[in-house]
Amino acid sequence: MALNIGCAAPPGKSRDNKTGSWRVFMPVITKEKCTMCGNCILLCPEGCIVEVDGYPVIDYDFCKGCGLCANECPSEAIAMIQEEK
Amino acid sequence: MADKSCELFDAGHRACGGCGPALAARLIMKGAGANTIVVASTGCMEVFSTPYPETAWKVPWIHSLFENAAAVASGIDSALKKQGRDEHIVCICGDGATFDIGMLCISGAFERGHNITYICYDNEAYMNTGIQRSGATPYDADTTTSPAGKNSTGNKTRKKDLPAILAAHGAPYVATASTAYPNDIINKVDKAVNIEGPCYIQIQTPCCTGWGFDGAKTVEIGKMAIASGLWVNYEMENGVVTKVKKLPMRRPVEDYLKTQKRFRHLFRPERNEAEIAKIQAIADANAEKFGIDMNIEKK
Amino acid sequence: MMQIMEGSHAVAEAVKLIKPDVVSAYPITPQTHIVERLAEMAADGEIDSEYVCVESEFSALSVCLGASAAGSRVYSATSSQGLILMAEVVFNVAGMRLPIVMSIANRAIGAPLSIWNDQQDSIALRDSGWIQLYAEDVQEMSDLHFLAYKVSEDHDILLPSFVCFDGFILSHTYEPVDIPTQEEVDAFLGPYNAYQMLDAKNPISMGMYATPDYYLEFRYENDAAMVRSAEALKVAGKAFGEQFGRDYSGLVESYKMEDADVAFVALGSICGTIKDAIDEMRENGVKAGLVKIRCYRPFPAEELRAALSGVGTVAVLEKNISLGSAMKGAVGPEVKDAMDGTGTAVFSYVAGLGGRDIRKRDVAAIADLALKGEGNMFYGLREELI
Repeated sequence: MALNIGCAAPPGKSRDNKTGSWRVFMPVITKEKCTMCGNCILLCPEGCIVEVDGYPVIDYDFCKGCGLCANECPSEAIAMIQEEK
Repeated sequence: MADKSCELFDAGHRACGGCGPALAARLIMKGAGANTIVVASTGCMEVFSTPYPETAWKVPWIHSLFENAAAVASGIDSALKKQGRDEHIVCICGDGATFDIGMLCISGAFERGHNITYICYDNEAYMNTGIQRSGATPYDADTTTSPAGKNSTGNKTRKKDLPAILAAHGAPYVATASTAYPNDIINKVDKAVNIEGPCYIQIQTPCCTGWGFDGAKTVEIGKMAIASGLWVNYEMENGVVTKVKKLPMRRPVEDYLKTQKRFRHLFRPERNEAEIAKIQAIADANAEKFGIDMNIEKK
Repeated sequence: MMQIMEGSHAVAEAVKLIKPDVVSAYPITPQTHIVERLAEMAADGEIDSEYVCVESEFSALSVCLGASAAGSRVYSATSSQGLILMAEVVFNVAGMRLPIVMSIANRAIGAPLSIWNDQQDSIALRDSGWIQLYAEDVQEMSDLHFLAYKVSEDHDILLPSFVCFDGFILSHTYEPVDIPTQEEVDAFLGPYNAYQMLDAKNPISMGMYATPDYYLEFRYENDAAMVRSAEALKVAGKAFGEQFGRDYSGLVESYKMEDADVAFVALGSICGTIKDAIDEMRENGVKAGLVKIRCYRPFPAEELRAALSGVGTVAVLEKNISLGSAMKGAVGPEVKDAMDGTGTAVFSYVAGLGGRDIRKRDVAAIADLALKGEGNMFYGLREELI
């Protein structure tokens, strides 16, 4: 595909880069403990936690496993589990 | 009112896991909204978010050089005025670009009074080039150009008071914020983009790689920076401090310094009481200046 | 309409007709009369541009960059120290393919500090990717601006342009100049239509960074546009001639070259002096000619070779110095390369630096040196000082 001159580009292509492959640990949410505070959704540096019917759902294609969500969850509903690869 | 559900900073960017600036970018865009043009300087955020052809930005975005974001934004402001357009213009630049090499352009832009919001994501060093000190690097922080060693306790200079400098330029609104308090960022950005004239927001964005801590603790460390008094969240309107985040009980600076490798030399191989005291004095001076101490014992 | 006007003011009049949305420039001798006249026009409502006074030349071009990226036509002007200060932005603008046109009132670069004319400033940035046009007189100073905008803004080109003219010699000299009407310029140029721009309705990221996998091709595209711009300049120059009666379809211009034994090659106002000198030399039996380079970037190698065809000796009059280079001047090596294989001898003569006068007798003396095979030297040194 030919270059966009001036080194310009339209939005969208960052999603080609599946940063989920960076992970060593992955966050797992225990729904029963979740109080729907929304902290994890707000604080994820990737923006890859979305709200579905009030509950947070993690997009593992992009989750880097940084653990911020787990660290900040007030009800300790998120655990960082070592992933089997 | 800002739409907190909108995501204008996309996933797939190449920031370190737990990156403070990446979190700030998401939050800034929630405050600014889709009718925004972002002007970036060279730095971590620009590099991790726009390797051609992958861009994480869903709003119009431009990067020119390291030092001229404020001048580029001035040009955009002039063009929009002529064309009768109303997009918000938001500069998002690191502390290196803002405190040092960009001073000339920022001073000119604020002097001319352009309708822009300049947001500095302050990770307190030139991080993208490998952690060199900037005018925003705190006293005694270890960086590669201000390393601790036999003859040095780290960075020798105090953090430049850029909010005061820009308030002195006549900026109608100047604020500090932190990724530790995300809703506060959103609210302050929303406020700033809707104020006519040049506004400045300086956001502390802890850098796990540069400061030496686990990325999971980015928010926790930001909270401790504020709890120690070394970072103060406040607002200034027309040069007068109008709001300050107060502390029920301020923590000793040591509790904050101990959490990061960049201050480890103050504690190992032995404690450097003299330097820790100097840093405590900085925090005490902040507390005095901004009146942050409430001195309420938790029961 | 024919008027007697100072060169700088002729440029301001041209800019007024071009109607940029945003003008941003920093004052520097000898460009100051341009920006002052534009400020006057803005203050009196004669132009409707946003006139942005900035804190340095670096900021001036950065402001223009932002405004251009946001979809506006822009204008700036500078000289010498200012151009070198903004050099980083100069490269940036070309790489971002923004069609900015900037007047350069050619002036020597310090140290030592000099406010007087030579062409070091623009020639020092010949690698930056900007089209470079050089004016011989005030009429060209005015006309070349319309031509520059037309070609720069062409979506097939999208390269910024320098319109260069000798500082003081042209900028501060009164000459008769035909200033076109607004209708004529609108018909030739039309309104600015950005190829791509910052627009919330259609977001793009501009000025992304390129990894080694992409960088070379971006530079190739810049070069390809530069190559295309030669033809675009000829076409636009011809159209200009048809509309305004002054033809600019030649990237070079020949004077008395039909039977020349020695040919001068030069840029800018010195060509006027050289033409007068040639007339005198011919009366004295020296068959001299001139090939003036009007367009220096893209370099008109083919056109030069054709114009210099059959000439035995070429004397390149260099108002610049490329310190450390074998021929001493920057233009000479490219002329020599264009004449490669023809047997023509090409010599460079560094003269007129820092505003030192070049008189008709100096031109004749250089012709003599060239015919004797002496060249690649400084001309006119004051021996007692060295």
